[in-house]
Amino acid sequence: MSTLTARIVGVSVWGPGLEGWPASQPVLAGEVDYAPTVSPAPPPAILSANERRRTGPVARLALTVAGEAAAMSGLPLDRLRSVFGSGNGDGIVVGSILADLTKPGEQERLISPTQFHNSVHNAAAGYWSIATSCRQPVTCLACHDFTWPASLLAAMAEVTVHEEAVLLCVYDHPMPAPLDAKRGLIAPFGLGLVLAPAGQKGGMAEIEVQFAPEPPPDNSAVPYQPALRALAAGNPAAHALRLLETLARGVQDRHALTYLDGRLDVTVMP
Amino acid sequence: MRPLVLTACTIISAIGLGAAAHVQALRARSGGLRPNDFEPTAGGWIGRIAGVEAYRLPASLSAFDCRNNRLTDMALHTDGFADAVRAARDVYGAGRMAVVMGTSTSGITAGEEAYRQRDTASGALPAWFEYDLTQDPFSLGRYVRTVLGLRGPAMVVSTACASSARAFIEAAQLIHSGVCDAAVVGGADSLCRMTLHGFAALELISPTPCQPCDAGRSGISIGEAAGFALLERLDAPRRNDATGARLALLGMGAASDAHHMSAPHPEGAGAVRAMQQALRSAGMTPAEVDWVKLHGTGTRANDAMEDLAVFEVFGAAVPCSSIKGWTGHTLGTCGILEAVIAGQCMAEGFLVGCLGVDAVDPDFRADVVVANRERPIRVALSNSFGFGGINCSLVLGHVA
Repeated sequence: MSTLTARIVGVSVWGPGLEGWPASQPVLAGEVDYAPTVSPAPPPAILSANERRRTGPVARLALTVAGEAAAMSGLPLDRLRSVFGSGNGDGIVVGSILADLTKPGEQERLISPTQFHNSVHNAAAGYWSIATSCRQPVTCLACHDFTWPASLLAAMAEVTVHEEAVLLCVYDHPMPAPLDAKRGLIAPFGLGLVLAPAGQKGGMAEIEVQFAPEPPPDNSAVPYQPALRALAAGNPAAHALRLLETLARGVQDRHALTYLDGRLDVTVMP
Repeated sequence: MRPLVLTACTIISAIGLGAAAHVQALRARSGGLRPNDFEPTAGGWIGRIAGVEAYRLPASLSAFDCRNNRLTDMALHTDGFADAVRAARDVYGAGRMAVVMGTSTSGITAGEEAYRQRDTASGALPAWFEYDLTQDPFSLGRYVRTVLGLRGPAMVVSTACASSARAFIEAAQLIHSGVCDAAVVGGADSLCRMTLHGFAALELISPTPCQPCDAGRSGISIGEAAGFALLERLDAPRRNDATGARLALLGMGAASDAHHMSAPHPEGAGAVRAMQQALRSAGMTPAEVDWVKLHGTGTRANDAMEDLAVFEVFGAAVPCSSIKGWTGHTLGTCGILEAVIAGQCMAEGFLVGCLGVDAVDPDFRADVVVANRERPIRVALSNSFGFGGINCSLVLGHVA
């Protein structure tokens, strides 16, 4: 079994009561009580006004966390490879297209071209590359409840093979009605990491991951703080909360993420 | 990069079920497009696979039932693919084999049907609708992994029309980083109302069968397909006394346009970069490539951009052609479908030209091939591009 190693040189978070890394770090460290609020991500200043107008809440969430993590790394934005991960993608856009396609009383209703191109799973990643003029490779994963371990593993493999920094951006947003009854997420949540090749100096911590085809032996991946556990269980991207808490606390940690009927072991060393 | 071998392949599309049926159709220059009888109001022509409506998934997997998973199941049980994976599983162990799939819309036809059957008072979706196992993109990854009995990591890549091409890159990285020993790579995309009406809204559907590289081309014809390959290291032990040359992934490149969400960069900036990186990764010069298998969708913008990009990288020396005149644009599946077709052409020693071309666009400078050419092909480069400005190129060849 191969262990993949990288250096975390940027981190970000956005979710209810977790509005950006500087504001969230004391909460994640357990120094300030967690007080969830409704926290829609802001319109991304990094996009031109024209492109910004076309983005909805899901793309804004992704761009917010991508931008914050990339900025913290201090690396040139147009040099970062990227891995985007989202279970639902833009369910708001997809749901609205499905509704448009079946509007009662109208046999034929054209769907909006902008909505259509925003419906692709890599829409947020496309906006990111446009905003940053970044022509580096990008991939976009969709792995339902396992999107966090899958995206982390893919990003670690990319860093390992190419020995270049990778921006990892994982986000998920609740579905609109009536899809929400079939796929329930409790709140929007996203995070970003910038992973640099192992052995580099600086940054926040070293991270190691290893896949194993057996389930986790324990529930070590739940957040330290009981107040964050509902969020962690209620959004696939928030499965990363344990890692974010570890980084906020500057401690060493080893936890096992459930990945289908296997697991991804994650070790963090400050 | 270190080459990886494709030790088993399967494809289904509008021109046939299985690799041999594809070769037969390509040699006979017999295309698979027909007037849109799937969603006639969206217009145009489509590449529709026969027999999907009557096809049934195994009873134990019926919760996965949707058009996309039917295509998937059909392809898994074509060309002896599932058996080949089983033989590899006996060697590597299920936990050492990954599943990396590409799809743009997965089983969204199930969602479309569910929306049609919404409760008129509450708007609620019907009880039968299994979102997680159909419409959700990961449905494809779960389905393939379940049918093949694999226990390694599974990923679904969704990068629009470059999905299954990009899946090759993810799979190669998992193998090269040691996460797994082998990977089932590929994808499935099926006809659906969202895509047909979406491209119609963008005014990109050709009223005639699509004509990639033609002077009068006027858009795409949408097709459906599924295809899979078993990707292993070059030193993988041969099974079943297999001998002879093997199809191999020699190089891969990816790049973003950073230009526009649905229109390609006019000079093909991302496409040039992806092709150059793929050549670099293969350790090859442009002159060593015998065929550029174009993305070649048939839109004005894509084909003009791609001609510029191919000319910039290869000049006019390397023949190039598109396969989409036969199968239609199979969206997220075109990467795997066209890679396997390219492999078949290499094995058979012919280069397949474009179908449906009356006159090649006189502005094009690359060497666009229309009539099939009998000639050995040692190395092919296959392009797949998608919305969001994503570009992927794969270099394929035969190794001993």
